[in-house]
Amino acid sequence: MIEMVNLTKQFETVLAVDGIHLTVQPGEVLALLGPNGAGKTTTVRMLSAILKPTAGHATVAGYDVASQSLEVRRRVGVLTESPGLYQRMSGQEYLDFFGEARGLAPAARQARIADLADWFEMSGVLDRRLGEYSKGMAQKVALMRTLLHDPAVLLLDEPTSAMDPQSARLVRDTILQLRSTQRAIIICTHNLVEAEELADRIAIIRQGRIVVQGSPAELKTRLLGAPLMEVRFSQPGLNGAVSLVSRFAQIEDVGVDSTKMEFIRYRTDRPGEVNSAILAALLAAGMSVFSLSEVPQSLESVYLRAVPRAVVADKQGLSEGTSAAAA
Amino acid sequence: MGQGKGEPEVSLRAWWAQQWRWVQWAEFKPALGLMRREIKDTMRDWRILAPILLLVTVFPFLANTAAAEGLSFVNQYGANLIIERMFPFLMLVVGFFPSTFSLVIALETFVGEKERRSLEPLLATPLTDLQLYIGKTLAAIIPPVIASYIGMIFYTLLLGFTLGWWPTVSLFFVAFVLSTAQALVMVSAAVIVSAQSTSVRAANLVASFIIIPMALLLQAEAGLLLFNNFVGLWLIALALLVVTALFMRMGIALFNRERLLGQEIDQLNFTKGLRAFWAGFWPRNGLWHLYRYEVPHLLRLLRPHLVFTILVALGGGALFGLWAAQRFPLPTAAMDFSQYADLETFSEAIEASGLLSGFSTWTIWGHNLRSLLTATLLGFLSIGVVAVLLLAAPIAIIAYLVPQMGGMGINPWSLFATGVLPHGIFEITAAIVVTAYALRLGTVLLRPPEKDGGMMDLARDLGQYCKLFLSVVLPLLLLAAWIEAEVSSRLMISLLSGL
Repeated sequence: MIEMVNLTKQFETVLAVDGIHLTVQPGEVLALLGPNGAGKTTTVRMLSAILKPTAGHATVAGYDVASQSLEVRRRVGVLTESPGLYQRMSGQEYLDFFGEARGLAPAARQARIADLADWFEMSGVLDRRLGEYSKGMAQKVALMRTLLHDPAVLLLDEPTSAMDPQSARLVRDTILQLRSTQRAIIICTHNLVEAEELADRIAIIRQGRIVVQGSPAELKTRLLGAPLMEVRFSQPGLNGAVSLVSRFAQIEDVGVDSTKMEFIRYRTDRPGEVNSAILAALLAAGMSVFSLSEVPQSLESVYLRAVPRAVVADKQGLSEGTSAAAA
Repeated sequence: MGQGKGEPEVSLRAWWAQQWRWVQWAEFKPALGLMRREIKDTMRDWRILAPILLLVTVFPFLANTAAAEGLSFVNQYGANLIIERMFPFLMLVVGFFPSTFSLVIALETFVGEKERRSLEPLLATPLTDLQLYIGKTLAAIIPPVIASYIGMIFYTLLLGFTLGWWPTVSLFFVAFVLSTAQALVMVSAAVIVSAQSTSVRAANLVASFIIIPMALLLQAEAGLLLFNNFVGLWLIALALLVVTALFMRMGIALFNRERLLGQEIDQLNFTKGLRAFWAGFWPRNGLWHLYRYEVPHLLRLLRPHLVFTILVALGGGALFGLWAAQRFPLPTAAMDFSQYADLETFSEAIEASGLLSGFSTWTIWGHNLRSLLTATLLGFLSIGVVAVLLLAAPIAIIAYLVPQMGGMGINPWSLFATGVLPHGIFEITAAIVVTAYALRLGTVLLRPPEKDGGMMDLARDLGQYCKLFLSVVLPLLLLAAWIEAEVSSRLMISLLSGL
């Protein structure tokens, strides 16, 4: 549904997007993660047919963003980085104007606005001037504007920025509800927890290039290594337990946690087999095992590891981004 | 379709007409939606509304008071005609002030939205560039123009009821047309500025280039009103409408979503401009390649401008000259051929006329060079119009003089063949090329940018112009000047001295 092939955007002296290759299938949510100035917004602007690529091409819902820009804009819903509302209009007028600009008939747009207002819990405030709205309410109106024409492709640039936790939760739930087999969604975000929660696939972008991409689980495995397991003991004394565990997996850490409970951490790329073998061995040796679980590894760790790697690769002239893009 | 037999052509035409209307409406309707929104927004901004209301209500009173005071003062000296001629000028002023707000609204229209970051959602809608342009331009024009109409009507009524002075219908009409045309020019220019600026501040700074000429124009209108010159006022209105059309064409051609969003800093990129100029100017592969490929390519590029120049300047000039020769024939004794007795006398006569400092190859060449460079500059500043007129003028003079020679006992064809053709074939060719290029340079900003913006196109075109000038025009002028000094003049003298 969205396809980018060597997508490039060169401004006067700045190479904002440098040969991106990405595909987003219908029903898929892709999160574009990256530091400020990485090229996320420029990519979204090219996909929404506002900017023209200087090289490569992209198709959205089957239409080329450069040569069929009008068709692309008809099918895309764009949530811009800033809500960009008309402060002197009421929420109702604002949405009505954008509905009209999108060619919706008056009755259809009124019905759609009412539905969206219910959905976003905004029914009671749409007659107020947008200048009086809080940041969160403004962002909700911007999201309603994005969804007015029920677009097949959603491009969401920082959808929960400046929102209070409750509103951010509502927006995230909305995005989860918007997932459908017919719709492709790209989210640009700095919020790694949000990306992990919402996205099927994550692409980390830096200096206009895709540094790494994959599902959250794949990225963790690729960048952080095999899953990290932790076995905790209810009785003190790890005599023999360390050597027992090390027969099955590589031990990462041994220690005592804040609740005075001793633990052993190990890595294994075959947790299904190895965990049961370790557990069986420990129990057979009479060890008082309290729990055996995976240590959560955050996307933040992935991000923090991927970006510096790309910096090093850049310095060495061995861009992982290029090879990832070529792949 | 339920149509009766024998009517298929009519119904097909009607069907096509209906489709065409629908297509037009479909194109225009979203623009009207945008216009409504913008007008609503303007009407809710007290910073725009309050001064307009004051100008519409209070200013006509002030103007009326000034008119009454002026009338009572000049009545003491019996000079009431002067102040009565100024009544309509005050009407124009009353109409002009509210219409200046169109400038404020139009300047703000794109760049203001960009600053408030509300432009990107608008650009992401399926509105076309033309719809955006039309919607925003209409929204900037309509409220101030209506305000200026109200102000003028109010002032006229006040003047009529208090001083008993009522304007003629034609004066009233020309004042309304002028006000509208002024607002149209200001808006169409301001929309271009707004779409090309990076901030409202930058747009306001550039706006002085719009408001100052308009203020000067208002003074010119005052002069015309003083002399009761209605034809002049109508010509100004017509010129303003032509300029509006050109500005609108330029605005649509230069409208660029990418530039609107992408450009953050106003800067003149001299290096890039210089590079574009150099790319247009410097021959790529030596002289042979220049004359074999580059010059023909440039001339092909100029083809529409060349055709226009030949048709309008040469054709138009010749027709005008021939018409003038019929309409205003020279008396037989008007021409003094004694100065053509010999080359020395002829040269002295030319020098005495002040046209040239002397009659030689270099003075002729220098004169022609200056004329063509001036034509290029003026042509660039006037969308090519002055360049075309400057070429048409000598052609018209030749076409005026030559046919009248028959009446003086000279064969016009012989005179043309000896005095004009030998050098004219090179000189006029050079002038046609320069005029065509001046036309291209003058209209460079009216056409959609080819590569990287209108200014880069201009730099490239300027480079190509210099290349063509140095490689073709300069040698042609030199050859023409030599022929004129050494051949044509002698041939003509021998022809005329035999009389």
